[in-house]
Amino acid sequence: MSTSTATVAAAPGGLNLVGRQLPRAAFPAIGAGAVAVTVVLYVLAPITSRIQFVLIAGALYLIGQTVASIAVEGSRRATDRGVTTLVYLAFLLAVIPLVAVLASVISKGAQRVDVDFLTHSMRNIGARDAGGGIYHALIGTLEQIALASLFAVPFSLLVAIYLVEYGRGRISRTISFFVDVLTGLPSVIAGLFILAFYILALERKPTGFAGALALTILMIPVVVRSAEEMLKLVPNDLREASYALGVSRWRTIVKVVIPTALPGIITGVMLAVARVAGETAPLLLTIFGTDSINFNPFSGPQSALPLYIYSQAGQPQQVAIDRAWGAALTLIVLVMLLNAAARLVARLTRVR
Amino acid sequence: MATRIDVSGLTAYYGKFKAVSDIHFSIEPKSVTAFIGPSGCGKSTVLRTLNRMHEVLPAARVEGRVLLDGEDLYGPGVDPVNVRRAVGMVFQRPNPFPTMSIYDNVVAGLRLNGVRKKSLLDERVEESLRGANLWEEVKDRLGRPGAGLSGGQQQRLCIARAIAVEPQVLLMDEPCSALDPISTLAIEDLISKLKSSYTIVIVTHNMQQAARVSDTTAFFTLDRTGDPGRLVEMDRTEKIFSNPTEKRTEEYITGRFG
Amino acid sequence: MSSEPDGPRKGSSRNDTTVAAAKSASSSDGARVKPADALFKNLTRSAGLGLLALIAAIAAFLVLEATDALSANTGNFLTTTEWFPNGSPPVFGVAALLFGTLLTAVIAMVIAVPVAVGIALFITVYAPRRLATPLAFVVDLLAAVPSVIFGLWGLIVLVPRMEGVQKFLTDYFGWIPLFATDNGVVGRSIFVASVVLAIMILPIVAALSREVFLQVPTAHREAALALGATRWEMIRTAVLPYGRPGVISASMLGLGRAMGETIAVALVLPASFDISWQVLSPAGNTIAANVANGFAEANDVGRGALIASGLVLFVVTMIVNMIARAIIARRREFSGAAA
Repeated sequence: MSTSTATVAAAPGGLNLVGRQLPRAAFPAIGAGAVAVTVVLYVLAPITSRIQFVLIAGALYLIGQTVASIAVEGSRRATDRGVTTLVYLAFLLAVIPLVAVLASVISKGAQRVDVDFLTHSMRNIGARDAGGGIYHALIGTLEQIALASLFAVPFSLLVAIYLVEYGRGRISRTISFFVDVLTGLPSVIAGLFILAFYILALERKPTGFAGALALTILMIPVVVRSAEEMLKLVPNDLREASYALGVSRWRTIVKVVIPTALPGIITGVMLAVARVAGETAPLLLTIFGTDSINFNPFSGPQSALPLYIYSQAGQPQQVAIDRAWGAALTLIVLVMLLNAAARLVARLTRVR
Repeated sequence: MATRIDVSGLTAYYGKFKAVSDIHFSIEPKSVTAFIGPSGCGKSTVLRTLNRMHEVLPAARVEGRVLLDGEDLYGPGVDPVNVRRAVGMVFQRPNPFPTMSIYDNVVAGLRLNGVRKKSLLDERVEESLRGANLWEEVKDRLGRPGAGLSGGQQQRLCIARAIAVEPQVLLMDEPCSALDPISTLAIEDLISKLKSSYTIVIVTHNMQQAARVSDTTAFFTLDRTGDPGRLVEMDRTEKIFSNPTEKRTEEYITGRFG
Repeated sequence: MSSEPDGPRKGSSRNDTTVAAAKSASSSDGARVKPADALFKNLTRSAGLGLLALIAAIAAFLVLEATDALSANTGNFLTTTEWFPNGSPPVFGVAALLFGTLLTAVIAMVIAVPVAVGIALFITVYAPRRLATPLAFVVDLLAAVPSVIFGLWGLIVLVPRMEGVQKFLTDYFGWIPLFATDNGVVGRSIFVASVVLAIMILPIVAALSREVFLQVPTAHREAALALGATRWEMIRTAVLPYGRPGVISASMLGLGRAMGETIAVALVLPASFDISWQVLSPAGNTIAANVANGFAEANDVGRGALIASGLVLFVVTMIVNMIARAIIARRREFSGAAA
């Protein structure tokens, strides 16, 4: 292991372990070049948007790096570097809209949200008036998602139990298939169905309850699937241990299986609630919206936060747009709180 | 084409955890070296530092020198891709690419290196599969998925895949631990045959296997759980198993600990 | 970090069979089943059947409430591009809407899928492990943002900022029919709507792709690296072939999602009713957006017409979703048979 072997290896016929590599400084240099060329283009031709600037600079960097890398390191390395750059760009591309959306909602919403905004309705507020608030919409959203959870959770849980504990053969496969169909059901179709069934065929008035029915349909597949996953995770030994003690099957499910899977099921339910809390289209067709406070979801039209955002955003006045941003901030906070709570439940139980 | 390996001052980490500490040894060309020792002693870690596969794991890093015919694998500018091409590896569980046929599995490494010529690929497939004692069993179904073979066949397919790129060194990380006794025997036969062309390093839990296949044996151990593994002694296999210098080695091979 | 050559999928199917075995064992002494047991089983079973009834009801009531409007229609529902269901006589057809639905969704998919695969690769292969989890969380956050907020942002923030990009495309690539415009006028176009949709389906496609990439056994990735593969070559030989069916079906699910998206599109697109390939021009509409836009002023026939268009959307999304599921199912069979 001495110097003698080292000198032998340095002779021709060595292993070529050292690959020719671009110096580290080359990459910032290429980047600076790409930006410089883009700036020149910016001056010469009318590039009007920052989006365009970033896209062009990114493309130029990729080309520059590839050419340099092929020249120095060969095509395999060049491809590897190119793909690495593309992957990083892809991630950046995804983060930009997220940051942009959140930044817009927070900065524009924060200007509008205050106690007054949260505690007043739109009653007697004209489209051009600056006042008004979202109290009625907040009430509507909370009542509708509560009702929807009340309907969807027990039903979905039973379906999931059937699929995991009892289901086999064709019926179970069919049910499982149609859960997938429901998962892919566009939310507007759920609204159209409640419109067709409840409002047109049964000739009922639009209410918060009708909206909750539409949201129920959207919650069911999400809750069934997550509950199914959680029930499947319960080890079979646990069931068999319970049977061995002479506990009947249904009591085993109710007393052993469900409690074991419960934290996961709760997480799934919360995520489902967070998802339907932002749904607009089904509510548009079923609750009709109102400017006044209506605490009763079973009588008269209600409003909801997403619907409120939609109707305010569609108006030309700046005061209406501002209200839309304010409501958007409130809705995002609500949804993120639900998400955070769901993850918290998941994390706390995983550590155990 | 086989190569000697000289390791000095080798220390490997997983994050903050020091897995092996200050290892020194040399391996002669065209020999079989077995790494033995209790679980967690770092013998697989040392093996994976010999082709820079250790650093593939998250937060893993290496200090020290590994010389391949005098060239430091961890020297400046060394490309791990070139290292791994020169030092092939066979894993604990057979891992043929599931979406590829037997043929495609064998030539996967060659294709990466830009070999496209059909006649050359055909030639190398037969050569490698013969080298891995698998040709007769699969020559009529080269287009079938590699995952359809038995475990022992899959492992020999992986050996064929590793030798198809004509490496200098072949590393084997407990290649028989997932196999039945008959497949194990087939792999052991193969190792003695491959010895004429390659420097082979094999990690094994099975002391009989080390005694059967290797020329040199290295015994690793660790003092307590959480301590880094270290090399206790390395010597001719007959000596290690008949008259080891270190007391720890004797205790281990006679089954008194580990 | 399972080093099993077969993925966790197989593990779960093995689990299924043991569950099934346990079930058949316990039901073989079915003579001694207690009444409470039978009752509970029937309760869960009727919930399952209730779910089937729900789907049947959705189809049935959409058809039922659409028929009156369809018989009052004086145009061909499938080929007419106009939408005057409230006129007398009513004339309406789903052709332009369906065209817009498919075009926006396909463009959204073309934009989103490569980026989503890139994100999934970034999180599973490139990012340091310590960063991977928070980064995945960031992408999931994107999925949690309600669509109406994307619509609001698209309308107020993105549309003006996309003006330059759209102008650039039509000025320099206007010779491609897709990017042609009348007199270079761009605005609230199919393209912008597609970008908003792409952002919305990105997290779904990325999350599903990430799942399948994570299932690629470490053993396969290491096998490729040990052969002297660069990182990209490792992805190409071990990760992508293994994950391809998953990525395809994830894209199809994203496509279905994009086709059904309502509010964001309704806010961004001006409601027009012609079939035009000029994706940069301020025009276009989709079935779902038309429901949101047209509902307020719809009379009885108008509502029926919207329900009829919804039925078309229902069928189309169902077909797309079924193709996606079929791809997953076939892959499952394949990996089961191979092991």
